[in-house]
Amino acid sequence: MSTLDHPAQSAVHGASEGLPSALAQSHTYTHHGGRPVRTEPRAVRIALILVALGFLGLFIALPLVSVFYEAFRRGWAAYVAAIIEPDALAAIRLTLIVAAISVTANLLFGLVASWAIAKFEFPGKSLLITLIDLPFSVSPVVAGLIYVLLFGSQGLFAAYLQAWDIKIIFALPGIVLATIFVTFPFVARELIPLMQEQGTAEEEAAISLGASGLSTFFRVTLPNVKWALLYGVLLCNARAMGEFGAVSVVSGHVRGLTNTMPLHIEILYNEYQFVASFAVASLLALLALVTLIAKTILEHRLAEEDR
Amino acid sequence: MSASPSRIAFRQKSVIPGFGLTMGLTLTWLGLIVLLPLSALFIKTSELTFDRFIAIVTATRTLHALQVSFGLALVAALVNVVFGAIVVWVLVRYEFPFKKVVDALIDIPFALPTAVAGIALTALYAENGWVGSLLAPLGIQVSFTPLGIVVALVFIGLPFVVRTVQPVLADLDQELEEAAASLGASRPQTLVKVVLPSVWPALLTGFALAFARAVGEYGSVIFIAGNLPGVSEIAPLLIVIRLEEFRYADATAIATVMLVASFLLLLIINRLQRWAELRGSRNA
Repeated sequence: MSTLDHPAQSAVHGASEGLPSALAQSHTYTHHGGRPVRTEPRAVRIALILVALGFLGLFIALPLVSVFYEAFRRGWAAYVAAIIEPDALAAIRLTLIVAAISVTANLLFGLVASWAIAKFEFPGKSLLITLIDLPFSVSPVVAGLIYVLLFGSQGLFAAYLQAWDIKIIFALPGIVLATIFVTFPFVARELIPLMQEQGTAEEEAAISLGASGLSTFFRVTLPNVKWALLYGVLLCNARAMGEFGAVSVVSGHVRGLTNTMPLHIEILYNEYQFVASFAVASLLALLALVTLIAKTILEHRLAEEDR
Repeated sequence: MSASPSRIAFRQKSVIPGFGLTMGLTLTWLGLIVLLPLSALFIKTSELTFDRFIAIVTATRTLHALQVSFGLALVAALVNVVFGAIVVWVLVRYEFPFKKVVDALIDIPFALPTAVAGIALTALYAENGWVGSLLAPLGIQVSFTPLGIVVALVFIGLPFVVRTVQPVLADLDQELEEAAASLGASRPQTLVKVVLPSVWPALLTGFALAFARAVGEYGSVIFIAGNLPGVSEIAPLLIVIRLEEFRYADATAIATVMLVASFLLLLIINRLQRWAELRGSRNA
């Protein structure tokens, strides 16, 4: 086939935007979203779809399915027994407490930081945003370690903590601090770009009409960002409940006391209590699924509000 | 008291209140939670002599662990770029049943706790697991080998590549491809000379993000790795082991290497993202 065919096709195509599709298709164009577009041969398309689905099945779908399969391997009774066991309940309770505190802390920080960053112009703004994002690029183990170096028995503040009899490492405060660190950017990074995009006109109007700063925030700014805020909180919560590496370093692994759900899963697994381990894991997998469904719904809302 | 000129110059005047308060709180909290603890690592490291630091970092076991973490992260990121690109292409350009569900599944590694992913992958790829039992007759062992580490790192890195490249390919104007085709380019030529240059910065950014995440990964890896020193022991695990042995100097020195590496990666990723944005705005 000569290369001359193609300009000819293009001329036909260009002049015949409204012609019957049969004409376009006869020239190896297929319809995609109502617009004629060149694409790969059918066999290649099917092969690529199969490769993609196979890859995703092998690496993502199967692991997810296997969590529930392994959890229910010995039936419903064994599943329930693993979850209502006192150490498991203690781990669930601790995870809920840690998540509640860290999500609240990051929610407040996210609102405060995004107000300062998005509503005002000042030098060094992009550096500040980079610093807020920093915890995302730190290894979870390093995130735990830095708190041990501050508050551990060999830490920089060890003498003060001993004098005041305050326990941070191997106790709740350490677990909370490490969790806040690894989830630090979640809420802020959802809010900052959105609030920057929305600008300051509405706030300025409210203030010039006599509203106070606080009521401007609650009546103008907050309603404008509520879905993005919820989105950030959701992701922050999922990570807070599931954090393993950082918490593992600062927790001390005391059963029934300083074990969060992920740490409890590890202990059970290392003791070859696979069904119990997967049963507790299935709760976190369920949380992940709920998070993803809620996230998908929220993304729809956000996209609609954008319009 | 009137505002000093430097204060006026610091930020543009605004009628909106609360800058001082919110900025003060932001910097204080950032300092307490992120910057102070991170600087503790550098303070502790500076207490070591230079020779001691070098001795720890160049010890055979440390070097092996770093090699495993960085080397396998590189392999996993490469796998993710290749298959991530195919996944993105299929999701953006083709139609098939349950496409929305498949698209949502991509985020599972973001949402699923790493420990859960770790035990699930181990069970799946163990010799008696669903996938492992198929590979065993071929003489391929995944769980408790370096290959297992790659599997875990591919799992956690995939969404970084897909979610970085997907919006760029979706925004790509297909008229460019039509133009190339009408000028006589074959489909492979069009893909390599028109599509690839446009998504290249995004692919590279996704690669760097997946690599950065994989280098520091701990939870999903330790279950499947086998954790044999010198073979399948990752650097974050070695930090944990040194801590449990109360060898704080060792843990600190290795962590410093990891942290400096992640800072460098962050710098590179920021550059790449700016490049990708520039490329994107030029194409638009």
